[in-house]
Amino acid sequence: MWEYTDKVKDHFLNPRNVGEIENPDGVGEVGSLACGDALTLYFKLDDHERIKDAKFKTFGCASAIASSSALTEMLIGKTLKEAETITNENIADYLGGLPKEKMHCSVMGRDALEKAITCYRGSAEKKVEGNIVCECFGVTDIQIERAVRENHLTTIEQVTDYVKAGGGCGNCHEKIQEIINTVLGKETPARKKSPALTNLQKIKLIEQTLEREIKPALNKDGGDIELIDVSGNIVQVRLRGTCATCKKSQITLKNYVEAKLRELVTPEIMVEEVTL
Amino acid sequence: MNPLYFDNNATTRVAPEVVEAMLPYFTEYYGNPSSMHTFGGSVAAQINDARAKLSDLLGASPDEILYTSCGTESDSTAIMAALRSNPDKKHVITSRVEHPAIKNLCEYLAKIGYRISFVPVDHKGRLDMEYLIRHLTDDTAIASFMWANNETGVIFPIDELAEILSERGILFHTDAVQAVGKVPIDLKKTRIDMLSLSGHKLHAPKGIGALYVRKGTKFSPFLIGGHQEKGRRGGTENVASIIGLGKASEIVAAHMAEENSRIKALRNKLETQLVQKIPNALVNGDTANRLPNTSSIAFEFVEGESILLMMNEFGICASSGSACTSGSLEPSHVLRAMGVPFTAAHGTIRFSLSIYNTESEVDLIVEKLPPIIERLRTMSPFWKGGCGCS
Repeated sequence: MWEYTDKVKDHFLNPRNVGEIENPDGVGEVGSLACGDALTLYFKLDDHERIKDAKFKTFGCASAIASSSALTEMLIGKTLKEAETITNENIADYLGGLPKEKMHCSVMGRDALEKAITCYRGSAEKKVEGNIVCECFGVTDIQIERAVRENHLTTIEQVTDYVKAGGGCGNCHEKIQEIINTVLGKETPARKKSPALTNLQKIKLIEQTLEREIKPALNKDGGDIELIDVSGNIVQVRLRGTCATCKKSQITLKNYVEAKLRELVTPEIMVEEVTL
Repeated sequence: MNPLYFDNNATTRVAPEVVEAMLPYFTEYYGNPSSMHTFGGSVAAQINDARAKLSDLLGASPDEILYTSCGTESDSTAIMAALRSNPDKKHVITSRVEHPAIKNLCEYLAKIGYRISFVPVDHKGRLDMEYLIRHLTDDTAIASFMWANNETGVIFPIDELAEILSERGILFHTDAVQAVGKVPIDLKKTRIDMLSLSGHKLHAPKGIGALYVRKGTKFSPFLIGGHQEKGRRGGTENVASIIGLGKASEIVAAHMAEENSRIKALRNKLETQLVQKIPNALVNGDTANRLPNTSSIAFEFVEGESILLMMNEFGICASSGSACTSGSLEPSHVLRAMGVPFTAAHGTIRFSLSIYNTESEVDLIVEKLPPIIERLRTMSPFWKGGCGCS
C-alpha cells in the first residue's frame, strides 16, 4: 500500500483536464506501454502566449495520473515563459509530495511539458538524445545526468526512483555510478572557483558534503560521522558506529573524510577527531 | 465497509472455528509442552493431535511433519537441508516462476558458488519438461518446483516430476503453499521428498508453517537449538497456532469438494463475465490446469495499480502483477517468464477466492469493474476504442 497524500488521491480519483485538444499549439508525448507509464500532454495558447487550456492522457499508476492532472492545473493561466520554469520537484510539491519510488512520475510530467513546448516553438526535437545507458527502460546518459544534477541525487537507487534507469536487469549500475561521480566531480571546479567562501557558506558546504557524500559511504560499512564544530579551516568530527572502534579510523579520517572535504569545500581543510 | 475479499492467495481469513480452538491455548493451557509437569506436558498431546490432523490432509505420517514459522522458513529449511546433506553436489534446479522464497534463495545460492538452472515456462505458464530433463545431472542436489503458482494458479505436473526425479535419485522439494487445502494431496502416492506449506493460506493464522520431510530423507536443521521437533527445528512450539493449523486442516479437508465445485463455479462466473463485458481482457495461464480459486486477468492498455485503487473505493480487494504496486519497475517475473506482452502484463489483476466468498460478491465485482476499466481506458493514450491497436 502506497502512502499517497490526499491531494494525490484526489487528483487520481477526480483527475482534472483529461482528454485531447483539437489543433493544439503544443503536444508532448513521453513514455511507452513497455515502460509501464506514458503521458501525452496538450496545450492551447491565447494571443499573449498564455496557456488557456491544457489536457492530458495518461497510462500508468495512480501517481502518474495524479502528476499529469496536477501539471495541467498548474499550467492553465501561466505564460509559456512561466511554464518553462516548472520542475519535477514543483509537480511533486503541488501534490503534497510523492513516495520516493514514484518520483519518476513527476519527471515524466516535466519531460512531457518540455516536449510540448519544444513542439510549439517548432524547433525540431532537440538532438541531445545521448547514448542509451539503461536498456531496460531506454534511458540515456543525458537524462540521467540531468536528473542527478537537478535533484542532487547521489545514489543509484535515487536515479532509479527518478528516471527508472537501473530498475531492470541492473547491468547498467556501474555506468550510472560513473555518471553520478562525473556530475559530483564536475561541480567541484565550480565551487573551487569561488575562493571567497563566507564562514556561513563554508560551514553549510561542509555539512552538505558530510551528509551527501561522506555519511552514506561510511554508513555502508556500518559507520557514521557527526560534525561537532568548525573553526576556521579546522573541522571537528566524532566518528560513530563501527568507525568509532575501527583501528583504521585515523586513515579513514585523513584519506577519505579530509580528502573529500578538501576536494569539495576548500583545500585548506584540516579534520580533527574529537573523542569524549 | 465490509471488504469484498478476493485476495485469498495473499492471505485468508482465520476461520472462526480455528480462532475458537486456539483461544484456550493463550488463556488456560499456556504451559510449555516440553515441561515435566502435567500442566505443560498435556499440551504436547494436543500438538500431536494437531500434527495428526495436518498429516491426514497431506496423506503423510505425523512424524514426517515439522512445524516452522512460515512458508518461507519451510522453503529455506528444505533447500539448505538438501545442500548440507549432499555437500559434494553443487547444482540446484528450479523454475523461473517460483515464489520469491525460492527464487531469491536460489539467486543467493548462485552468488555463493552454486549452479542454478531456472527451467522456463511457455506462454501458458507450463513447465518446459524437455529443458528440465536435459539439465538434470549427477551434480544436482535438489529440484524445487512449486505445486501451484501463486499469481496464475497454474498447477505443475507434480506426479510426473516426482517420477522423473526419483528415477534419477534426485531430491524433490515442492513449495505447495498455494496448493494445500485447495487440491487433494496424497503424499503416500507421490514420491515427493519435501513439501512446504503455510498456515495463513488455509484459514489458520499467520506465523505458522510446516515442512513435510519424507521418512528416510537426510536432514539437517535450519534453526539450531533445542530438542523440539525431534531436534529438526529448535524453538519453543507456537502452540496455539499449531492447534489452529490442525483445526484448519480439518476444515479445508471437509471443504475440498466445495472448493472444487462451488468456489470453482464462482471463479468461473467472475472470469467469464468480466472477459465478456470488458473488451481486450485476457486470462493468463493454463486454464485447464489451474487452482479452482484463482483467476489472473489482463486488462490491456491500463495499469494494475490504478485498477486496484479504484476497486479499493468499493472495498474490492485483489492483487496485481503490475510493476507499480510492488515498487519495482517491471511487471512480475511470472508474467515476464510467460512472455505475457507488456500491453497486458501491466494491467494484470489476480482474483483469488475462498469458501467465504458469495455469488452476490461476484455479481458486485462484475458490476463495478467494467466502468473502472472503461474510465481508465478513456484516460489512456494507448486506447483507441476497442480495436486493440495502439
